Amino acid sequence: MASIGKVARRTFLIGSAAIVGGVAFGVYQIRKDAPNPLTPGPGEATLNAYVLINADGVTIIAPRAEMGQGVHTTLAALVAEEMDVAWDDITVLHGPPAQAYYNQAVLGLALPFKHYADTAFIHNMRQNVGMVGKLLNLQITGGSTSTKDAFDRMRHAGATARETLKLAAANQLGVDATTLRTKNSAVIAPDGTTLPYTALARAAAAITPPDVNLRDKSEWKYLGTSMPRTDMIGKSTGTAAYALDSKLDGMKFATVRMNPRRSGMVSYDDSVARDMAGVAAIINLGDGIGVVATNTWLAIQAAEAVDITWEKSNYPETTADLRAAVIASLDNEPDSTARDDGDVTAALDGTEITAEYFVPFLAHATMEPMNATALYTGDALTVWCGNQAPIIARDKCAKATGLAAEQVTIHTTFMGGGFGRRAEFDFSVQAARIAKEFPGTPIKMIWSREEDMRNDFYRPAASARFRGVVRDGAAQLVDGKIAAPSVTHNSSMRLSGQVPPGPDRGHVEGAFDQPYKIPNYRITGHLTEIDIPLGFWRSVGNSFNGFFFDTFIDEMAHAAGTDPLQFRLALAQDEHAPSAGVIAAVGEMSGWTGQTPANIGRGIGFTYSFGTPVAEVIEVEDTGNGIRINKVWIACDVGTALDPAIIEAQMISGAIYGLSAAMQGEITFADGQAEQMNFYDYDALRMHNTPQFAVQIRETAPHLGGVGEPGTPPAMPALGNALFDLTGIRARELPLFKTFDLIL
Amino acid sequence: MPTTLTINGTSHSVDLPGDVPLLWVLRDAVGLTGTKFGCGVAACGACTVHINGEAVRSCQVALSDVWGDVTTIEGLGTPADMAIIQQAWVDHQVAQCGYCQSGQIMQAAALLSANPGPTDQDIDEAMQGNLCRCGTYPRIRAAIKTAAQKLQEA
Repeated sequence: MASIGKVARRTFLIGSAAIVGGVAFGVYQIRKDAPNPLTPGPGEATLNAYVLINADGVTIIAPRAEMGQGVHTTLAALVAEEMDVAWDDITVLHGPPAQAYYNQAVLGLALPFKHYADTAFIHNMRQNVGMVGKLLNLQITGGSTSTKDAFDRMRHAGATARETLKLAAANQLGVDATTLRTKNSAVIAPDGTTLPYTALARAAAAITPPDVNLRDKSEWKYLGTSMPRTDMIGKSTGTAAYALDSKLDGMKFATVRMNPRRSGMVSYDDSVARDMAGVAAIINLGDGIGVVATNTWLAIQAAEAVDITWEKSNYPETTADLRAAVIASLDNEPDSTARDDGDVTAALDGTEITAEYFVPFLAHATMEPMNATALYTGDALTVWCGNQAPIIARDKCAKATGLAAEQVTIHTTFMGGGFGRRAEFDFSVQAARIAKEFPGTPIKMIWSREEDMRNDFYRPAASARFRGVVRDGAAQLVDGKIAAPSVTHNSSMRLSGQVPPGPDRGHVEGAFDQPYKIPNYRITGHLTEIDIPLGFWRSVGNSFNGFFFDTFIDEMAHAAGTDPLQFRLALAQDEHAPSAGVIAAVGEMSGWTGQTPANIGRGIGFTYSFGTPVAEVIEVEDTGNGIRINKVWIACDVGTALDPAIIEAQMISGAIYGLSAAMQGEITFADGQAEQMNFYDYDALRMHNTPQFAVQIRETAPHLGGVGEPGTPPAMPALGNALFDLTGIRARELPLFKTFDLIL
Repeated sequence: MPTTLTINGTSHSVDLPGDVPLLWVLRDAVGLTGTKFGCGVAACGACTVHINGEAVRSCQVALSDVWGDVTTIEGLGTPADMAIIQQAWVDHQVAQCGYCQSGQIMQAAALLSANPGPTDQDIDEAMQGNLCRCGTYPRIRAAIKTAAQKLQEA
């Protein structure tokens, strides 16, 4: 860890700690190394917080949630690249909750700067603000930040491990360490003597790690290459273990029924359920009930048989009322004016257009329903759960069971999808509370799909009102208002009981921060004051602003009489070369001419998010029997492509997630509760209506960009724009199946 | 009254009510957790297993109705000895979160037993009941085609 401290010391602190709650921390405290949380067992040695060696080989700790995005593979490659570990020898584990694994990159996202305009100075500032994350225990997987955060830290961990192992070998062989080299998990002496890392680890653990330099990109053998994913065989043989697969002796099975109106419980009658087969207990959880049984299905049957009277919701009860509240808040005083270039109030010559947009609430709908397994023994609690924030899960479970954080152990498992939902802790706390009623008995608590659908923390409904002016084929003015309830405020209240100070940047991301040179460009954020449960949904604010902003840009292009691709290219050209690069690239890939046959429509979408510009061209076809999406071309610029096959998979995955939502995703409310129950009324793209994809990964941007989320936002406007090209009908509301005859 | 099932070639005695779905028998009583729970209503395919070689949604088959030998993902192959179709999944690096893939593989295996050379349309029809929220469909399609080719060569 000494070398990581050194990395930190090379940079300097800028006093922007205020953004996280007005606390100023001492420089020393922020830069001080966090203790290594790994406790080696007999025959094991740990060289730093990321590397554990035992007789079986090398284990790399990847302290970010593996929820499908391939982060375990790429983080392991960062360590293995420097450490010269044979790829097949690597085991990857989720880290325990520990300060050492804070996410430095995620806080930097909160800074109110346009990412794309980052100078080296602002880039460093993001890094330094991020260090505050260590003090705040921000061990979080989100914001597409995992590789950005780990890029230097985990390579340093690998390099120091390698050099320390060489020192141990030098001592043993009585030679100078500089004469040694490393290959395939072993140190090799000039005479060919090969000492495997497994034999050197214990001696190495006693040596103070030396300072190291990182290898140049030209020397990389794993990074920059598509590596076999470390989780692939497990996930192809049913042996990868998710929280839902926990197996413990004497385990009982449980489920919950919580208030779908997200408030309290008036009363319940469990007289029927109590006597049902296999039922061991029905537990009052205050805002719902837990059922413990000998089998999950028996628990679910019994939970449904409990007659419960719920309290009413604390938010408007119907979709119509919620929608009206969101649209009305467009006229609220702005919470933020994150961009105000030129003067949008000045009188301008040209053609003026206006448009209003609306998008609905959305569910995450991970394939694996929320679940957790917990074992409470009076003075300790162990929880197995999929989570994107293990420290938060630990602390919330401790509080709920009256234990100290040190008495709680969190085992993070593979996640059957996350998309932001597993940043929450509700399900872990429920399992812990039920387990407390059964000391000594492990409790596996699983939600039904219906419970999962109706107790989500939703992507909010959102609305926008845009005014634009075009003249001589080009944009002169964009003035946009974004209205929605605040995800940031809603989730912060749950996590910390307070709202962070200052304007909500996340609310307007994807609109204010686009790399376009428009002489007069203003975006204001307006918050809807309704207390409905909201959460981080893949790409967060970009998921609605990407649709609003890019669709309006498309409308402006048409008003200007300019080809939509050329219109965007002109806007990006002088402002951000990598963005212009992806727009031009997707044009070349798709053979964009601006002309299509009568039964074919094409649209382009572009969003810069999480440090990565992504342009997508979508082709739709009127088959005479419904409209289908034929093909999607994607160009992205990630700066440095650490694993091309994983990046390609994430771009396609992100686009499919966005297209699913754009075509048919909608959570509606009646009587204060979500009306959707399961995949039959909240569906997504499937094999038959998934288009073909082509992806180009570019590497011209100066910094690493995220890959898990940036594919999602531009997919939605690209589809709407393609449908406009096909039908002449402008898509200003999602989901699109309500307006267009899509093949679902 | 225990029920006896043959699962992956092994006989298991299960003491659960007859209306408990096979999915929950496999997962909670037998301890075979490779078969996943996604929806409980046959809308996602994550729980797909074979009964006498036919792909079925195990969440919809009551214990008392199981009409033949059951094969789960664990019975198809193991990490050390993968079936051809599982190797194709690895070769194409299909899985992301991986949660739906047991069901996808079991559905695809049944498709290939019935139809050794499926067209794109055959794949669409056979696989559209299996949901994947990560959107791995393009690689699933490619893996099915590779597996079909390898099976014909074998």
